[in-house]
Amino acid sequence: MAFLDKHKKIETHATLLMVLSLLVVTIGGIVEIAPLFYLQNTIEKVEGVRPYTPLELAGRDIYIREGCYNCHSQMIRPMRDEVERYGHYSLAAESMYDHPFQWGSKRTGPDLARVGGKYSDAWHVDHLIDPQAVVPESVMPKYSFLMDAEIDGKYIGDIMATHRMVGVPYTDDDLVNAKADFAAQADPNADTSGLEARYGKFTVANFDGQPALTEMDALVAYLQVLGTMVDFSTFIPDPKR
Amino acid sequence: MCAKQVKQAPREVPTTGHVWDGIQEYDNPMPRWWLWVLYLTIIWGIGYTIAYPAWPLISGHTQGVIGSNQRADVEADIKRFDDANAGIKAKLVAADLASIPANDELKTFAVSAGASLFKNNCAQCHGSGAAGVQGKGYPNLLDNDWLWGGDMAAIHTTVTHGIRNTTDEDARLSQMPAFGVDGILEKPQIDQVVQYVLQISGQDHDAGLATAGGTVFAENCVACHGEDAKGMRDFGAPNLTDAIWLYGGDVATLTDTVTKARYGVMPAWTGKLSEDEIRAVATYVHSLGGGE
Repeated sequence: MAFLDKHKKIETHATLLMVLSLLVVTIGGIVEIAPLFYLQNTIEKVEGVRPYTPLELAGRDIYIREGCYNCHSQMIRPMRDEVERYGHYSLAAESMYDHPFQWGSKRTGPDLARVGGKYSDAWHVDHLIDPQAVVPESVMPKYSFLMDAEIDGKYIGDIMATHRMVGVPYTDDDLVNAKADFAAQADPNADTSGLEARYGKFTVANFDGQPALTEMDALVAYLQVLGTMVDFSTFIPDPKR
Repeated sequence: MCAKQVKQAPREVPTTGHVWDGIQEYDNPMPRWWLWVLYLTIIWGIGYTIAYPAWPLISGHTQGVIGSNQRADVEADIKRFDDANAGIKAKLVAADLASIPANDELKTFAVSAGASLFKNNCAQCHGSGAAGVQGKGYPNLLDNDWLWGGDMAAIHTTVTHGIRNTTDEDARLSQMPAFGVDGILEKPQIDQVVQYVLQISGQDHDAGLATAGGTVFAENCVACHGEDAKGMRDFGAPNLTDAIWLYGGDVATLTDTVTKARYGVMPAWTGKLSEDEIRAVATYVHSLGGGE
């Protein structure tokens, strides 16, 4: 017990206490966090996941700005009821380009991890303008002002550069063409070959149905890509993970 | 009770030896039950990391001795229900579409499975009671007025491929011209044809304009809506002579429709729903009252 009595020494020396606490936390961190970066079985490679297009990224920022994550999760857990309702359970790789991720922690509304393609663009617009008009039992607030908020992607290149700093593999080419790509995705008549070469699979549409490019276009573009990047008819997740 | 306790002589407890302003601190032991709970949780914690996946190793992590795995568990859980329904699902997929509503066994299963699928996937647009959203272009599925057909095969095709979406090559497709926006008709002609539509749908109208509108209609609209204006299912063109309107039958809405046209989109459900699920939801919709 003489050894245990030495704790008095630690408790009465603030610096020693701090140094030893740091040591303990460091050990915890090395054991719990460090392996996640090198263990192959925690880094699942999934085909199809790509960085967001400029318009989708802008929509994602609107999603965050409006606090959608407060009521909507984007994380389908591996449980039968969730898989039956929302679709295949979420994979870590599907939010690998999300900074920060939008898993959320509360579902006042449904999970949105696989909402992409589930409803038409027009439905999303109708629903965001006045949720109760299409779903009378909904408690969601109205976001009709998004229809009036015109955007031109002035800063989207800067936002993408910031995302690149935290690990999203946007190329120089992506950044240079950010503003043009931003506008092209919301214009069905635009030349989207460049956008296609840079991002592959995406939806081009006048999402909100009005001539101006608005925040509504961006948000709907983002919602329509959620959960659609991975093709689960060809991708079989490793059951050992 | 209290008075009795006070009388008891205090137990001899050693002090910690600290003195602050004359106040000493007893060195009472921690409650036994509390200490044992602490020890037990430590032991339980060690056991847990052995039983379940936990410790990182050089090239992987410990799998846990009881072999628990969330991905495998959920697969097994889903498979359990799939297996239980496998027989009837196979019958549903193999059955001739038109015969399902007449087959009690299949119909009972399909209608109840379809009802829950409908609430999850279809109710957002068509309403939880399937009455659609009046005036917004989301059709009512309870009546016997069908845009693309209301027999089992037609409903099945609509659910499978959707309407005017960009994801399914076999999606039902038609496009009303934007007569005003694209300059096909002049504003006065649009006013005339709107009055004509009011006339044939039995509403108050301007007879003079309607007569002129009849000519405009015959030249521009009959290809899809038919000479009798009762619509054509090949094009999903609605019947204009009844009181059922997708977007509205008043002058303002009709003018808007003729000027800008409508382009209602329904997603394709292949890929999201399996064939048995699509058949179940089709049977449910068919059973709602308007099935042909």
